[in-house]
Amino acid sequence: MATFRIKRFNPEKQPEPYFEEFQLDIPEGATLLDCMNLIKWTLDGSFSYRMSCRSAICGSCAVKANGHALLACQRQAAHIVDNDETVTLEPLGNMKPVKDLVVDFTPFWDKINKVKPYLEPKEAVPEKERRQSQEEFLKIDDSSTCIMCGACYSDCNVLEVDDNFLGPAALAKAQRFVGDSRDSQTLERVKALSDPGGIWDCTHCGECVERCPKPAKPFDRIKEIMTVALEQGVHNNNGARHAMSFFNSVKRSGNLNENRIPVESMGFFNIPGLLSLLPVGIRMFLKGKVPPIIHHSIDEMDDVKRIFKELDQ
Amino acid sequence: MIQHDVVIVGAGLAGMRCALEACRELDVAVLTKVYPSRSHSGAAQGGIAASLGNSEPDSWEEHMYDTIKGGDFLSDQDAVEEYVKAAPRVIYELEHMGCIFSRTPDGKIAQRSFGGHSKPRACFSADRTGHAILHALHEQLMKNAKSVKIYNEWYMHSLIVDGDRCNGVVVSNIQTGEVEVIQAKAVVFATGGYGRVFKITSNAFASTADGVMAAFEVGLPLEDPEFVQFHPSGLYRQGILFSEAARGEGAYLLNGNGERFMETYAPSRMELAPRDIVARAEQSEIDAGRGVDGENCINLDLRHLGKERIMERLPQIRQLGIDFLGIDCITDCLPIQPTAHYSMGGIPTDKFGHVISDENGTRVNGFFAAGECACVSVHGGNRLGTNSLLEAVVFGERAGKSVLEYAAGIDYGNVNEGQEKAKVLKKFEDVYQRDGSESYNDIRDEMKEIMMSHCGVFRDEEKLKVCIETLKGLQEKFKKGKVTDKGKLFNTEIYEVLELGNMLGMALLIATAALERKESRGGHFRTDFPKRDDANFLHHSMIFDTPDGLVIKKKSVVITKHQPAERTY
Repeated sequence: MATFRIKRFNPEKQPEPYFEEFQLDIPEGATLLDCMNLIKWTLDGSFSYRMSCRSAICGSCAVKANGHALLACQRQAAHIVDNDETVTLEPLGNMKPVKDLVVDFTPFWDKINKVKPYLEPKEAVPEKERRQSQEEFLKIDDSSTCIMCGACYSDCNVLEVDDNFLGPAALAKAQRFVGDSRDSQTLERVKALSDPGGIWDCTHCGECVERCPKPAKPFDRIKEIMTVALEQGVHNNNGARHAMSFFNSVKRSGNLNENRIPVESMGFFNIPGLLSLLPVGIRMFLKGKVPPIIHHSIDEMDDVKRIFKELDQ
Repeated sequence: MIQHDVVIVGAGLAGMRCALEACRELDVAVLTKVYPSRSHSGAAQGGIAASLGNSEPDSWEEHMYDTIKGGDFLSDQDAVEEYVKAAPRVIYELEHMGCIFSRTPDGKIAQRSFGGHSKPRACFSADRTGHAILHALHEQLMKNAKSVKIYNEWYMHSLIVDGDRCNGVVVSNIQTGEVEVIQAKAVVFATGGYGRVFKITSNAFASTADGVMAAFEVGLPLEDPEFVQFHPSGLYRQGILFSEAARGEGAYLLNGNGERFMETYAPSRMELAPRDIVARAEQSEIDAGRGVDGENCINLDLRHLGKERIMERLPQIRQLGIDFLGIDCITDCLPIQPTAHYSMGGIPTDKFGHVISDENGTRVNGFFAAGECACVSVHGGNRLGTNSLLEAVVFGERAGKSVLEYAAGIDYGNVNEGQEKAKVLKKFEDVYQRDGSESYNDIRDEMKEIMMSHCGVFRDEEKLKVCIETLKGLQEKFKKGKVTDKGKLFNTEIYEVLELGNMLGMALLIATAALERKESRGGHFRTDFPKRDDANFLHHSMIFDTPDGLVIKKKSVVITKHQPAERTY
């Protein structure tokens, strides 16, 4: 007998959410969604959640189980229960709960819409199909597997503190077109995606890759957009400057010049930006956290040079 | 009252393709009880048919013959001809919209083999073709957001009909529970199928006959409901789809003795015979005690394809096997069984997407249907794999063009908003007022069980009569079901009850038409009448609700190029 600890919420009845426990024998081979259905159909019909395809392709049934977002239909319930035979179910994070495990997807879709999620073709279309090589296909193969379930959005650490961030799903969708050999707007796209709230606001925590139930793996796609942005010369923003400064510092000295990176990231002529760094700098100074003024290279610079040489090739 | 030039119910391939057409000149509403990206079209895996000839020379003529033979000569051949001729163009258009396709070494759209098709004709995007097309169309709708308003998570309750004209729909917002009337010059149904009436099914929870039953409830007939396709490869017990593309790529079917039993049933096409034949072969093996380990399943063997090909061509379904059964098809066989998959029948339409109200083809003004919920009929008694995505796109587009033509010269019809709303509110109230002595869950389980065992792959008179009586009993029980959630907010329970009501009605129509058709053809197999009987049954069934009960009338099959012949593979 397993215990399903479910976060219940129905503002029609009670303004605050609460946890309710249900006991259930998990049938052999049952998915987590099968168990949720058993609870709804045999124990409490008022339990609300979304579901549809049962085969991990429609993206409806994403919920948080034991603190992490997943697709309920994709997981065997027996694999989800923890040692004391309990599973805790909660609605997805970073979106407003509507009822029980149902959340409001409006901001999620608003952000998808912001990245111009459609092909802007290069030229007038031919009579038949446009040719695309296997190599070109592979560049958009993974991002095209996204099912818009919201699992990445739910567990994104940036979104937790910054509503303005486009979020992993929208950025993965953006890569679907940035990487498409048939699209004409690559430069415009990566410029827009380099604005605040875009690719450079990602903290590289990799949580979205962990949560993604498909090969879409948003952070990998974000890295691909970053690469295209730098290749296309879209450097005039803090994120790109930060990445370049980081790269150059390691290339020069084998480690990070922490005095230089913030200044280079802001831009040498960005006076207001530089001034905004001052308070942090002063606090660091007062706490004795300022890095040494004279920056030393590491001893193994030959190795570093060799690595960069290989990378260049 | 909400007003739009046209309201399209359903946001799968047919609905969205229709919307793209109609929004060129009209103000379009697309209503879906899920989200467009969650429509069941997205679950289609293997491909979409068109005679592009990218890997072997092919022609529309061959595609046409394969489709008609696959449908056991019940297809309307004039419609099939236009449909297969349109196929290459609509595929190219999808590619132009940005749909992602797997490619041949020279960069063309790749094509693979599929059951019943004599040429490799299935254009595909790995093993998620439906998903790729669904998202491409959704992208286009987002691009056209100015002229297309999408109502996500709204439920359609009923059609508003005034004489021979359709003027709108009554709907409700699932999130808030509010009932609204949408007045429209034209209504299009693209509401999908009804596989959920069966215990083992590949269909989504959303595939519950809402659209077809709404049409039936305003006095329209349904066409060919007895023809339900059982897909040969549903994952054991779950029924979810494991693509025919596996067999298209060369997988074997093995019985419990390890034999490739298709040798006995379809020696020339083997595993790539049409689905009805393969599903029956599997069920025969299981019934004869040759299932795997004595269970109700047989084995699908992909091991000889090798890891590389599986990972390139079938990565998603390999993952399904791992997630749902804990079996990796690279190293082990997958247990599969026939699963209710596709409804050949539905709302009768002509080849332009106009719904018709009788066996003579009389049009209903302002009412259109496309996709699985419609019966054109291009699939006849059995649909070939990859022909459904094509149907949704071709006839979705056609319905859109018909709507453009129809709505341009017409004003809104009469709608009595208060009266229409009251009818639906009363439906809700009726459900809440029931005495609660019966469990909807038990009723649903019983319906699914009896439909599977008595109206499934093999049928006979005795079983069907028992099935019909059982369903009638369940309809009585349904009037006494118990509801716990009486709130308005995202009340999924009440919608499940409404859906169950639709399914019970639909199940009865399927069984009734199956009892009447005393022959075996395509997906409909009667063990008491195991032969096709063209003399008496070469016609479509049109089932009507009359004061004297259900009545079935004959609608003739359009035969242009291919006279019915014996169907062997």
